[in-house]
Amino acid sequence: MSDLKSQIIAQLNLQDVKPEDIGDDQPLFVEGLGLDSIDALELIVLLQQQYQIKLSNSDEGPNVFRTVRTMAEYIKAHQAQNS
Amino acid sequence: MNEPVFIAGTGVISAIGNNVTECLDALENGRAGIGPMTRLDSVHKNRLPVAEVKLSNEELASRTGLPAIKSRTALLSLAAAQEAIRHSGIEDLAAWRCGFISANSVGGMDKTENFFREFIADNNKGQLHDVVDHECGSVTELVADALGINEHVSTISTACSSSANSIFLGARLIRNNILDVVIAGGTDSLTRFTLNGFNTLMILDEQFCQPFDENRRGLNLGEGAGYVVLVSEKVAATMKHKPEIVLSGYCNANDAYHQTASSPDGTGSYLAMSGALKKSGLQPSDIDYINLHGTGTQNNDIAEGTAIKRLFEPTYPKMSSTKTFTGHTLGASGGIEAVFSVLALQHGVIFPNLRLQTPMKDLPFRVTTELEKGVSLKHVLSNSFGFGGNCSSLIFSKI
Amino acid sequence: MYIRATGNISPQKTFGHSALAEAPVAYTGNRLACIEPDYKEFIDPKLIRRMSRIIRMGVAAAMECLKEADIKMPDAITTGTAYGCLEDTNLFLGRMVEFNEELLTPTAFIQSTHNTIGAQIGLMLQCNNYNNAYVHRAFSFENALLDAVMLLREKEAAHVLVGAIDEIVNPSFTILNRFGIYKPGDVSNLELYKANTKGTIAGEGASFFALTAEPSGNDYAKLEGLHTFYKPAGLAATEKQISGFLQRHAVSMQDIDLVITGRNGDAAHDEPYAQLTQSLFGQTQQLNFKHLCGEYPTASAFGFWLAARILKTGNIPELLQASAAKPVKRVLLYNSYKGSHHSLSLLAAC
Repeated sequence: MSDLKSQIIAQLNLQDVKPEDIGDDQPLFVEGLGLDSIDALELIVLLQQQYQIKLSNSDEGPNVFRTVRTMAEYIKAHQAQNS
Repeated sequence: MNEPVFIAGTGVISAIGNNVTECLDALENGRAGIGPMTRLDSVHKNRLPVAEVKLSNEELASRTGLPAIKSRTALLSLAAAQEAIRHSGIEDLAAWRCGFISANSVGGMDKTENFFREFIADNNKGQLHDVVDHECGSVTELVADALGINEHVSTISTACSSSANSIFLGARLIRNNILDVVIAGGTDSLTRFTLNGFNTLMILDEQFCQPFDENRRGLNLGEGAGYVVLVSEKVAATMKHKPEIVLSGYCNANDAYHQTASSPDGTGSYLAMSGALKKSGLQPSDIDYINLHGTGTQNNDIAEGTAIKRLFEPTYPKMSSTKTFTGHTLGASGGIEAVFSVLALQHGVIFPNLRLQTPMKDLPFRVTTELEKGVSLKHVLSNSFGFGGNCSSLIFSKI
Repeated sequence: MYIRATGNISPQKTFGHSALAEAPVAYTGNRLACIEPDYKEFIDPKLIRRMSRIIRMGVAAAMECLKEADIKMPDAITTGTAYGCLEDTNLFLGRMVEFNEELLTPTAFIQSTHNTIGAQIGLMLQCNNYNNAYVHRAFSFENALLDAVMLLREKEAAHVLVGAIDEIVNPSFTILNRFGIYKPGDVSNLELYKANTKGTIAGEGASFFALTAEPSGNDYAKLEGLHTFYKPAGLAATEKQISGFLQRHAVSMQDIDLVITGRNGDAAHDEPYAQLTQSLFGQTQQLNFKHLCGEYPTASAFGFWLAARILKTGNIPELLQASAAKPVKRVLLYNSYKGSHHSLSLLAAC
């Protein structure tokens, strides 16, 4: 999950945020890290670019991107599917 | 500062027609201009429908007199501006202090993106004539020069509200006694840049858009240009046919909520509409028809609808989004829809909001889905909202 | 109309309102870049992460200006930019071409629109008021200024934040260089007007002004007049425009203590200025400013800032390495760009 955190930080240009600052179960949006709808779109591209996973529909976004853990689980599930 | 500003002429080119007559005919007969991409060379060709103007650059060039190698944005602009001037019947523009105020969102980007294909590989490559008119203002100047207008030339770019702001500015330049005649509106051609930009936002509809529908999926991009000829009372008095429509109200407000998303309660839209009403001295109940911004995105339509509910409840004017015909023409939309608003007033028609199946559940009003003819219209409100929270509303009135 | 406050980020040490008591920053080469401040003081870190350099510069200059003006919520915001947010535009365009329209992200696109800077200022201030963006080449700043002047005249606003922003980035510099706009090789900005050769030097800047209807007792200057003219037929037409402008404002060249000109070191471009020195401007002290900020379409905003600075004290700052022939009470700023875009601003001491 640490790699994923670094990728999130890089993709979203989160300045002064270190991977260890983001809790595995910390909400990423609004009250947590304060991300917004544009960040969600950036994260969709991150999944495509780094993990070759295409979110089939953007309504899935809120659940997938709730926390780093939910993202990691989604990636794991879909990588298993792909292989 | 409050003398009337008349609409003496209109000119338009869009996916539903190459001039005012053709566009009116399509609007009255429910013919949308959206379809498969044929001119724009994009990898999204088979997935995303767009609303293309049917004329090629060569055809536009031969109609307007501008070289075909120039940006399509300028070619479309000149076609519509020439029609507006012709239609106004002003014989000698040079007799007046005349301005050309245009708007566009990405200037000569249609040419620049071709240039970049070669330039990226080798910085010494790429034809320079493809970037010479990259700037938004350069596109305006190509047209101003062709029209022979040099007293005042200006370009506005506030994303999708751009050309509503240029009409607004034109009226103020007349009221401030700086100009007598202003050709004001906007233009945009389809580009890969904007298509891909909107695509990254995941707000492009892969089917034909359905604004104000509960199950709306997004917008279709379009292209075109629309201009009105604004004249002072002094100019109007010299005309054979005295203009009967005035720009009676306008307002520009900012949503100040998010770079791209509208606030859930439509603060900016509410302020723009209520400000335009205040400027015109009208009450909400005086408005007979609203030409909606109505893009078809989840976010815009609920924000705009909520603002309308707040301002007009309990009696709603007729409403429709003509983007169901033309697609969203971005920097041109305010100009094109200003022309359509004037046409509605002139012909007593309400244009239908096409393809509506399920009205939005959270809104207490219904948009008009069938053409209404023989309607007595006095005041029409036109909404244009854009990225950066820019919200502008115009009111056109029959005198 | 009064200029109550300014904020200016430029290739000189203009930000933070030092006394400009130092000599100008010397550059060698044909491209001047802005000296940027630490943005943390001006911009919320949550917002800054999406902002490219031009947006940061614009927002910081605007915030500094509002702070000096002690205005929390301007009645209107008008901005001018000819090129817009080039870095974001290039980023999105470059990736689009390189990755053949796949795997693109929205941030660069949404930040590339020409109204981004005005919009970001509005967003930071939570300002729902009038907000407009002018993008007409070398009239962008003047058109934003004219809008502000009209808003004050119409009594739609008591104070307006007006700004101009343009940046130079590598791809645009490369392209403009191919057009032969810039002097080749190592040119010194402080020797810009001596070379008498073709080409100028590239520049950039972010200049903001708080324009108010009423005086505050501590303003920089009064704005007495503003005029633009496009593609004059020749020198005679230019002279006619300038005399007409002065006449409309009931002043003659004798009433003007200083002319600030937009000479840019390109021999052909500067020729009309030399001719004007033989005629209209012959008896008046002249100063240039583009060796300080470089040439760019909204460079006149730097000249406007300089005029306001000079009028606040009546003295010419060390930055210009010149002394005033007499106390400066009224300044005419005359800028021309590529021979086609001309602008005049008349400013007076308060």
